[in-house]
Amino acid sequence: MSSLVLASILDSFSGAIDFIFSQREATTGGVEVGGLGQVWELTKEHIKLSALALGAGIAIALPVGLVLGHRGRGELLAVAIGNAGRAIPELALIAFIVAFVGVGLLNVTIALMVLAVPPILTNTFVAVRQVDRNAVEAARGMGMTEAEVIAKVELPLAAPTIMTGVRTAAINVIATAAIAPLAGVVTLGDLILSRNVYGDEGVLAGAILVATLAIVVELGLAAIQRAVTPRGLKLQRAAAAA
Amino acid sequence: MTAAAQTAASTIAQLGEDFFQERDDSGCVAENGTFCFDWAVDNFDRYVTPLLQHLVLVLVSVVIGFAIAFGLALLSHRRRWLVPPITGATGVLYTVPSIAFFFLLLPITGRGFDTAIIALTAYTLQIIYRNIVAGLANVPESTKDSGRGMGMTDRQLLWRVELPLAVPEIIAGLRIATVSTVALATLAVFAGAGGLGEEIYADLTFKTNVVIAGGLAVLMAIAFDVLLIIAQRLVVPWRTVRPV
Repeated sequence: MSSLVLASILDSFSGAIDFIFSQREATTGGVEVGGLGQVWELTKEHIKLSALALGAGIAIALPVGLVLGHRGRGELLAVAIGNAGRAIPELALIAFIVAFVGVGLLNVTIALMVLAVPPILTNTFVAVRQVDRNAVEAARGMGMTEAEVIAKVELPLAAPTIMTGVRTAAINVIATAAIAPLAGVVTLGDLILSRNVYGDEGVLAGAILVATLAIVVELGLAAIQRAVTPRGLKLQRAAAAA
Repeated sequence: MTAAAQTAASTIAQLGEDFFQERDDSGCVAENGTFCFDWAVDNFDRYVTPLLQHLVLVLVSVVIGFAIAFGLALLSHRRRWLVPPITGATGVLYTVPSIAFFFLLLPITGRGFDTAIIALTAYTLQIIYRNIVAGLANVPESTKDSGRGMGMTDRQLLWRVELPLAVPEIIAGLRIATVSTVALATLAVFAGAGGLGEEIYADLTFKTNVVIAGGLAVLMAIAFDVLLIIAQRLVVPWRTVRPV
């Protein structure tokens, strides 16, 4: 790679960083774009949409997965939903909302929730099924009710695998939230999709910001995953690895 | 072909290129009905090229992704300390949203097919690598010992015992990677690489268009999934696994 090419690449990236930190006039003229103020507004909207969708996805998938897993019923359904979820084309999902349902925060949140449910549901189901049956029997022997068995035994032991599903869901939701501006929700993706307003530097800035947000959230969820893994499980795994 | 037929053919071709003009022509299209069957029949040919582009994007990405992930898995097989750093590195590539990846590559590789392939390939690495590693790890120690007892070298053990026994996990990983890539490749339009996403993006509000282009992507994903399930049943009929 010639140094000239390298220089132009560095130039593009420094321009994008500049866009994030300082305002400039839009390519279309008139309004000011870029700068930390606007970047923060777009980031907040991106996080808000993603958090709503992920939260709603967890609220639906977690209890259903726990109950199905506890009863050992609906394995076919849980696995099929997981498979079907992966086959949903991101752009087609947003286009479906635009063409059939209508634009706006609520509708887009529901669409992204549809992406969040499958990995969480499947992972929760599988995680609960993998809990040592002896532990469940011991809990019943101690006089726990079925609800207590789920809450105090199965959920903690299943937590690490459930969190793997939550992480997959979060990645998909944050990625797809980047095309939410097509359906009227102005996230960080707006920088990427509206080149005519923000220019090349804005587009690259958008890409950097979306990638950074995804990685930061992923690291945060990985930390939560370690935190919710029961100490006994960690010791057991360390012993198995040794 | 007569002159009249030629004129008619070129008119249809022109109409095919312009949704909005076409949408004034028939009632269903003008009203944006749920699914305009006549329009779909008349215009299906416009989806053929994007469909093939989409297929090529998926096949090339998954094949390159498999080759790289397979190499990495073999590399880390006898050097276990390499597994965490490779898992971490491919994890970062998996986490970066494809649409952001396309535009991050833009100053380096420009718009087009290559850029889309790089981002889609990067996405598949983590899934395929993790499943190959899991497959190899699941081979029972006693089976490997039998191989060693028969005088196999490490290389023979890998290719004749460990890899064949890891096939179910490997195919399970390929299924996830392929189906996800079919879905993600709809975003390749933003890298300027065409595919079914280009048709979806051409008119997001036209219901029939969204149903056809989105439907084709879903059907392609299902077709790949079924083919890989059949492949797995043929190669290792005695065992099914759950992917990791």
